[in-house]
Amino acid sequence: MTGTTGAPAERREGREKVGGTARYAAEFPLPGRVQAWPVPAAVARGRVTGIDTAAALAVPGVLDVLTHENAPRLAEPDDATLAVLQDPRVPHRGWFVALVVAETLEAARAGAAAVRVGYEAGKHDVVLTPSHPGLYVPEEASAGQPGVREQGDPDGAFENSAVRVDVAYRVPPLHNHPMEPHASTARWEDGRLLVHTSSQGAHTVRAVLAGLFGLPEERIVVTAEHVGGGFGSKGTPRPDVVLAAMAARHTGRPVTVAFPRRYLPAVVGHRAPTLHRLRLGADADGRLSCLTHEVTTHTSRVKEFVEHAAVPARIMYAAPHRRTLHRVAALDVPSPSWMRAPGEAPGMYALESAVDELAGELGMDPIELRVRNEPDVEPDSGRPFSSRHLAECLREGARRFGWDRRDPRPRSRRDGPLLLGTGVAAATYPVLVGPSTAEARALSDGTFAVRTDATDIGTGARTVLAQVAADALEVPLERVRIEVGSTELPSAPLAGGSSGTASWGWAVHEACARLTHRLAGHTGPLPLQGIDAHADTTGTADAESAYARHAFGAHFAEVAVDTASGEVRVARLLGVYAAGRILNARTARSQFVGGMTMGLGMALTEGSTMDAAFGDFVESDLASYHVPVHADVAEIEAHWLDEDDSRLNPMGSKGIGEIGIVGTAAAIGNAVHHATGVRFRELPLTPDRVLAGLPARGTS
Amino acid sequence: MKEFAYVRAGSVEEATTAYASHPGARYLAGGTNLVDLMKLGVETPAALVDVTRLPLDAVEELPDGGLRIGATVRNSDLAAHPLVRDRYPALSQAVLAGASGQLRNAATTGGNLLQRTRCPYFQDLSKPCNKREPGSGCGARDGVHRDHAVLGHSAHCIATHPSDMAVALAALDGRVELSGPDGARSVAAADFHRLPGDRPERDTEIRPGELITGVVLPAATAGLPSAYRKARDRASYAFALASVAVVLRLRDGVTDRVAIAFGALAHRPWRARRAEEALTGAAPTAAAFEHAVDLELSAARPLRDNGYKVPLARNLAVDVLSRLTDTALGRRAS
Repeated sequence: MTGTTGAPAERREGREKVGGTARYAAEFPLPGRVQAWPVPAAVARGRVTGIDTAAALAVPGVLDVLTHENAPRLAEPDDATLAVLQDPRVPHRGWFVALVVAETLEAARAGAAAVRVGYEAGKHDVVLTPSHPGLYVPEEASAGQPGVREQGDPDGAFENSAVRVDVAYRVPPLHNHPMEPHASTARWEDGRLLVHTSSQGAHTVRAVLAGLFGLPEERIVVTAEHVGGGFGSKGTPRPDVVLAAMAARHTGRPVTVAFPRRYLPAVVGHRAPTLHRLRLGADADGRLSCLTHEVTTHTSRVKEFVEHAAVPARIMYAAPHRRTLHRVAALDVPSPSWMRAPGEAPGMYALESAVDELAGELGMDPIELRVRNEPDVEPDSGRPFSSRHLAECLREGARRFGWDRRDPRPRSRRDGPLLLGTGVAAATYPVLVGPSTAEARALSDGTFAVRTDATDIGTGARTVLAQVAADALEVPLERVRIEVGSTELPSAPLAGGSSGTASWGWAVHEACARLTHRLAGHTGPLPLQGIDAHADTTGTADAESAYARHAFGAHFAEVAVDTASGEVRVARLLGVYAAGRILNARTARSQFVGGMTMGLGMALTEGSTMDAAFGDFVESDLASYHVPVHADVAEIEAHWLDEDDSRLNPMGSKGIGEIGIVGTAAAIGNAVHHATGVRFRELPLTPDRVLAGLPARGTS
Repeated sequence: MKEFAYVRAGSVEEATTAYASHPGARYLAGGTNLVDLMKLGVETPAALVDVTRLPLDAVEELPDGGLRIGATVRNSDLAAHPLVRDRYPALSQAVLAGASGQLRNAATTGGNLLQRTRCPYFQDLSKPCNKREPGSGCGARDGVHRDHAVLGHSAHCIATHPSDMAVALAALDGRVELSGPDGARSVAAADFHRLPGDRPERDTEIRPGELITGVVLPAATAGLPSAYRKARDRASYAFALASVAVVLRLRDGVTDRVAIAFGALAHRPWRARRAEEALTGAAPTAAAFEHAVDLELSAARPLRDNGYKVPLARNLAVDVLSRLTDTALGRRAS
């Protein structure tokens, strides 16, 4: 390595984004391009009995209205949320029942408002409870994780434990809400389907479209050049791209479908609400004998998606007796799906809060309790860790945070009406990696062109891949050109599961290393077309590892709780990570800090409410779904250890896109407990909840 | 799309005439709320009469020592105006507690008063709302209503008014100046917004065609100690869960003049007359504040999920009263 990786290289596309010339999926004004606006179902369960489109078609500019009666037929998708306009069934409120295509966005919207839909509405069931009669234990939770795992006798061990914690936590529905709402522009040309879409993976979109429309993949081109965030909600195709392709086929015109913000909660997935029950039993020295984490969640009638929130408990702490279990009920609700650190974010909130409670019961420092229960091998699988530096993260964080100056007694610091407290929590996220291909070409002008269908969803993928290439080629960074974001490029997996850089980088590294080798054997000037090399990491990147591979981290928070208002403000937030080699100090910091900010939102401000009467999420715009604003984020710092792990990939990196959110909410919740002496067990910690939990301010 | 006429008025008379000649017209100022509601289909004006060019964009000192704030003075300019900051600090604080910097740069004084409720049922055409569509019902009463009213609501409507600025104006005895077909008049800011009763579609006492031309802050409250306090879900850019504006003058060790107005508790800024009455002439003690505020809030009728607003409003009011007292008495704020 020449040392290009690790450097804080600036984003390659930063100038285009800041200057507004970077084009997003809805911004391709192709000749004849028209706009489409979907019509959401107004009942939570039932079927469409009739659609009157006359008034909509009478709106000037409206070209056509697609419904289940006239829309192109699709092959049955693996992901049933994509079977749009195929039948009259309404599985949840907000499910699309029609699509209006018009010359302008305004006409399409007016047309959509004029569509009259008749329903036969059934009695709906949208409220998740811990004792819902529809609950069952799924074979698999999401990410292919077993629905249940059990070792030893957790119930018996709990009964016999000297110190016990038996607690319930709740996390509300959460929404990805990327800055750029989902959008796609599609056109058909000579039997080929050409699509611009806002997605985390163009090749994934292409494969799905090929199946739906019965086309060979070679006849589909998908580009996702710039993507304004996804946080999992663009990991696989969403209805926008299917609707755009259908409408383009139906009308013979290029069509853009750009979802309004308010429609997103119903159709692009959400993090399902999770109800947690944890039982931790320990001896008087704090050694865990049993750990039980049971998670109850919902899915939709359309598909089974089970937030795998009990999974981190299979990784974190040594305990001979253990049970990790998921229960799910299919309700008449929108389909849940991936959201940043699926499983880990809500699971670690509950687990790390419960560990803090156990530390309180034991009268032990929460860092020491965690270190004491560090496992030698991955507890559930028995596999050795490729590297695990959680204890080091906790120690380094403690040093930077000034943890040793902390008075462990709850409610021990006060500043006027403010109660001050600090908290800590651990973080973990698995190392995921998939096979990818890439191509590198040495050009006669001395530059190098590197091509792979990676997706830059705002993380800086172009930049870091160029760094990986420059290192493998042993040339300065500015001589590397990089092309990503299109199925015309060598195939690559999606940007998800914090696996992108590892997967793409592996192939880029290999292609560049091969090219270096070829160039070493070449004499004389390069041929006009240059010299190239390809790589395909199938069979290596996806080979089963003998090791349990995870990134770890530690989060520290300092909060002030206003006893008058119940408002919680975070004064300081610190994250320390052990995530292999960090490949770009600038973009990595941005991802860590972004994840922590999202975790702050999860702790304090984010969450939506299922309207029992209507069956939708009430908070559906950014005025009511509160993501943190600048004023919520005071001092925030991310640091990392130099972790050397040779069992990962040629760069030695672990994923960093998600671990920042994991553990942040627990650290803040634990700090609120330290500040107030009250344990709040339901997120978010909004003033209404906090005030209700604090002792009433009596007459003085 | 629904087409609408657009008229840019150059004078108040031009504006009210244009409004009268376009049935279904709305006045357009900053547009920060109206345009959003048009996109949602909640507002479907036949015409927009743009009043942003009217000569109403000045803050002027009145001969008696009061201030007139023109209706098109931007919220940012109002909050930053030295005389406002100096003489009516609660107003400056309230405006700065609302919205975001970008929105305050666009929003006007008159428009701020006329913003509509943020009730999600009001904003969603697929759900019933008596305010949007009289007689259709109220989705919020048995629905999601954590943010809704605890005072003065009716069987028909439990919405709150979202303005921060209006709360301070109510406490400062501001008056809203109106001009309309029948001439000019003014209404006390505290009475400008209505309670919903059986006519929740009417937010204010404004008459058809009337235009807000300005707001007058009286000399009587100029320079009095005042403050605004707002509790919200995040540190900025969130509507109030509860808020309070307080004006307090002590003389000879007793409360000589006090005004308290609550925000986010009712369909209008809630002037706490009973509390004010109880406090006037009394010693400014924490116990007296608590007693008076409790007396006021004993009228509260919380719904299933918004009972927290009562202790929240109580705490905010008591804290602001105590803080102003400490400052007046030269005590260090505790």
